[in-house]
Amino acid sequence: MTARPLGEEITLPPAIDEADRARLHATWEPVTGFMGWLKSVNHKSVGKRYICTALVFFLLGGLEAAAMRAQLARPDNTLIGPDLYNQIFTMHGSTMMFLFAVPIMTAIGIYLVPLMIGTRNVAFPRLNALGFWMYLFGGIFLYTFFFMNTGPDAGWFNYVPLSGPQYGMGKRVDVWAQMVTFTEISALVAALEMVVTIFKMRAPGMTWGRLPLLVWAQLVTAVMVMFAMSSVATASIMLGADRLIATQFFNPAEGGDVLLWQHLFWFFGHPEVYIIFIPALGMVSQIVTTFSRRPVFGYPAMVAALVATGTVGFGLWVHHMFSTSVHQLGQSYFTAASTMISIPTGVQIFCWIATLWLGRPVWRTPLLFVVGFLVVFMIGGLSGVMLASVPFDVQATDTYFVVAHLHYVLLGGAILPLIGAFYYWYPKVTGRMMSERLGLWNFWLLFVGVNVTFFPMHILGLRGMTRRIYTYPQFMGWGTLNLISTIGAVIIVAGMAVFAVNLFVSLKRGALAGANPWGADTLEWATSSPPPPYNFVNIPVITSREGIWAYGEEIPVMTGLKTDRPETLITTTMTTQPLYKHELPAPTLAPLGMAIVIGGLLTAGIFTPWGLPLGSLVVIIPFYFWGWPDKKEHERNLREERERRGEAAAA
Amino acid sequence: MIGSRTRSIGVLSLVALFIMAPAGCKDEKREFREMPPAGSPIGAVRESELQPGPSVVAESTKSPYGNNAYALSEGKRLYNQMNCSGCHFQGGGGIGPPLMDDDWIYGSDPSQIFTTIMEGRPNGMPSFRGKLSNQQVWQLVAYVRSLSGLEGTSVSSAREDHMYVSPDLQLRSPQTPKNTNTPSK
Amino acid sequence: MWTGLAGAALACTAYDHQSVLDPVGPQATSTRQLFYFMMAVAVIVYVMVVGALLLIIRNRRTAVDDPQSPAREASAERTIKIAVAIVVPVLFVFLLYDFAVARVVGRMPEGSMLTIDVTGHQWWWEVTYEDPIPHNIFHTANEIHIPVGRPVRIKLASHDVIHSFWVPNLSGKKDLIPGHADDIMIRADQPGIYRGQCAEFCGLEHAKMAMLVVAESPDAFTRWVELQRQPAQVPVDSVAVAGRRVFESGSCAMCHTIASTQAAATVGPNLTHVAGRMTLAAGTLQNSRGNLAGWILDPQTIKPGAKMPANALAPAELQALLAYLETLK
Repeated sequence: MTARPLGEEITLPPAIDEADRARLHATWEPVTGFMGWLKSVNHKSVGKRYICTALVFFLLGGLEAAAMRAQLARPDNTLIGPDLYNQIFTMHGSTMMFLFAVPIMTAIGIYLVPLMIGTRNVAFPRLNALGFWMYLFGGIFLYTFFFMNTGPDAGWFNYVPLSGPQYGMGKRVDVWAQMVTFTEISALVAALEMVVTIFKMRAPGMTWGRLPLLVWAQLVTAVMVMFAMSSVATASIMLGADRLIATQFFNPAEGGDVLLWQHLFWFFGHPEVYIIFIPALGMVSQIVTTFSRRPVFGYPAMVAALVATGTVGFGLWVHHMFSTSVHQLGQSYFTAASTMISIPTGVQIFCWIATLWLGRPVWRTPLLFVVGFLVVFMIGGLSGVMLASVPFDVQATDTYFVVAHLHYVLLGGAILPLIGAFYYWYPKVTGRMMSERLGLWNFWLLFVGVNVTFFPMHILGLRGMTRRIYTYPQFMGWGTLNLISTIGAVIIVAGMAVFAVNLFVSLKRGALAGANPWGADTLEWATSSPPPPYNFVNIPVITSREGIWAYGEEIPVMTGLKTDRPETLITTTMTTQPLYKHELPAPTLAPLGMAIVIGGLLTAGIFTPWGLPLGSLVVIIPFYFWGWPDKKEHERNLREERERRGEAAAA
Repeated sequence: MIGSRTRSIGVLSLVALFIMAPAGCKDEKREFREMPPAGSPIGAVRESELQPGPSVVAESTKSPYGNNAYALSEGKRLYNQMNCSGCHFQGGGGIGPPLMDDDWIYGSDPSQIFTTIMEGRPNGMPSFRGKLSNQQVWQLVAYVRSLSGLEGTSVSSAREDHMYVSPDLQLRSPQTPKNTNTPSK
Repeated sequence: MWTGLAGAALACTAYDHQSVLDPVGPQATSTRQLFYFMMAVAVIVYVMVVGALLLIIRNRRTAVDDPQSPAREASAERTIKIAVAIVVPVLFVFLLYDFAVARVVGRMPEGSMLTIDVTGHQWWWEVTYEDPIPHNIFHTANEIHIPVGRPVRIKLASHDVIHSFWVPNLSGKKDLIPGHADDIMIRADQPGIYRGQCAEFCGLEHAKMAMLVVAESPDAFTRWVELQRQPAQVPVDSVAVAGRRVFESGSCAMCHTIASTQAAATVGPNLTHVAGRMTLAAGTLQNSRGNLAGWILDPQTIKPGAKMPANALAPAELQALLAYLETLK
């Protein structure tokens, strides 16, 4: 194996000729300008949109966090009253979990996975676009209502009866429930895309044993999404029905059960955090591979660990309910499962460390973020194993100890790798390198900020500070630690500001990146930066787990796809033999139209139960435009079929 | 780097937001402080729509909490805790007259209902002056009007977390108060 | 500012630390031991793993080793296997220890158990001391007295939304869930005043829903119980008599009970012995004349969203009312 030195260019396979390359461009990006932008079904455009939108929500969620920290910096503070504070912390949780963390991990998958598996688009490009528009409209929906004083205020988890019809006054909780519907449609769509694309559209030779670890992570995540999101969708629909049409799902007086909500929600809620965490693990594996100049040690163990984490992650949910009346014997099962899940993640950590030891690490910003991830995440992981114990959990749950734990695992385990991934893949997406110097500032500010903000919260929780309180009395002695926490939050803001500056400035002034500035091994680096709309001129062929490191000057490719229509290759599931050529659909406004109609019916649905049935009738209209065959494509197919029959008759 | 197209979309959305903001604000405002005295009728409130001479359309006052979700919820809580339900049940009436129909003996105007609760009425309605604050009575006024669908149906809750005894407030069609210019039977 | 001053006044009260690490009962004590064990294991694991990582970073190899040398690969594999082989049994030991502690926490040593009913409201605690003789049952609010060394069963119910009973010095939390009956068993082994707080988000004033558990000697406890069982003191002073009239004829009687007066509503906390409590408004204010006046006149400034309305009382009426309430020891 010859890992390429950093910065050495690879030679891309020569195009058939310039005219064909131009024809490919025209085929894969037929409409330009504003309409082209609206109609686009290219996975890279959709992915970039997802990422930009998610970053905007990250900013909004961060502003909410800043407001909370400002209010809690001093005891008996009167900056924000209880009503607004309740809305703010609910919006912070909902934004970060539903509108930022899951979509951005999804987005990175949508952008990178087709490139990494050597295909040209996702399996259902129009559905992909619909997923994005649903997500965007869901976020706009939530924030519009928030600015109208109707933001949800019962926590991101909305326990009944506080979120029920009697105690959850007005439309606030209905807004939350409907936002969940928007984002869950989007997540399910993306998950479906991921699974089908990975199963059926891999490059020839990319068998399961040669799949990059990021693609494995995205696959596991997608399967998890399908099971978990269904649960929260059910729960939110039941809650909406209770509130709007007087069903009795959660009303104990009429045979319902308050705990039912908690079970349904946390059955989603726990896998949700793994849905956020596992893609980050995939990104870490890619970064570690590239910057150790060798593949990750123990590939089968790494894959098994991903699958095990994803599976066992569904058996933990009651650990969020240890203080309820769930039976002690049942609780023990969840303690065991919650303890056990640390083993696969531990194995992954050991394998990464082994990779760094066996390889020749090159210290660039992405690898620095991976080290930060290991140091910060492990604290969160260990406090998580502590929380698996029921007696300790019933002391620490619903206190700032859990706030500390969850932010360590989310910021350490998902955000630090995510930012590292930005530094790593930015050259591919934009064609320019991010600044290493700013990256250094970015990393250290974040690393210090996260620790200064969240470590004191462990102590605050043990000293009795409960969660979701808008203020606390002076005599509790929590003031100093809270002030330190707020100072840490300011440092985090500074770190994020440096990141934002780096993102924007590098677009204009970053060093030009070639196709493979890091000398990496996966297929996305085998095409130009940024990639052309068709990804690869010809579909590359894979012969080993080491990807393009196995090749010398040239990469073997498979030719034969037409250039006058958007065609891609479908391969078999187990052996990746070419199966047939598949024509992908042309760009269209139908997904946007569909999202507008569905958005309208969901918005109406919080005010009247007729929104759903009547709106469903209107949805037929964009359906028509979506599925109706494209005229040019249809005529072309007819013509070719006649030619074929003409030849057969003549022969 | 932000294209002019993206910029204009952003500006338009912000403008739209600011236009829509005031509407939701009132519906969802949680009014904790006591209502200013100016909101409560001082002096005589007309009790009958009948007048000698040409008929003049009586001006109706606006209930300060007409569509306010918090006030309606508090009104429902007070309705049960102050035992209005002891005589009026959940609007169906019993010892006292029903509140969810279109028959208003002493008027359906918010200030008239306010006076009913504050001062009491002949034939058994107690006076709550000195027992409930002005704000609490206005909350009850809003709730009582919502029982016959006159307001607040868009922000009412569908049910309580108790036994289900009365139909969904949100689905009640408004019972237009009967013309009280003619004496009832 | 109001709340700040009130809070400062409250600081003078001698509370023991509301802390998980200051246990005075058997559950909290065994939980703290478990916590120290877990911390020790966690610190060791963390130091070893991060230490290995930092060592690798330090020893940057510039020599041109073949990264694929089988010997190094085998050595890495061996190290990982050993690490996993150590971690798994440690986790197993932790599990067994945890289950053992859970058994301790779930049980209570034999002894005559005192039974108290606690019902959570938005945003106060309704407390009822059970007794086989109905005449001896009494109600109070926000403050629980227990005898030192005697196990206490607290039966938990909720009037509205989910709350959570948590006194960290004594034991872990237990949720008060509408429609579910549950209980928690505590025992204080040292006298003291232990502060607890609602630990499940329950609405606007979740932050200000505290309770006090006062653990006292069995004699002091019996005296307190006897006092609580008495009906309200009949006022002698004319100002206090006037105050009782204000209470009964004004808005107070619409929500509060003072036993053996005409005020018998159960919407708000029972005030029969309110003067004997250390705090007002569920632990928000120290119980003093000034604080009580402020709370009666304008509760929404202190606890915005609380169900108690403002009360416009003339100064003379207010003073009379305060004089009366102060007699309710």
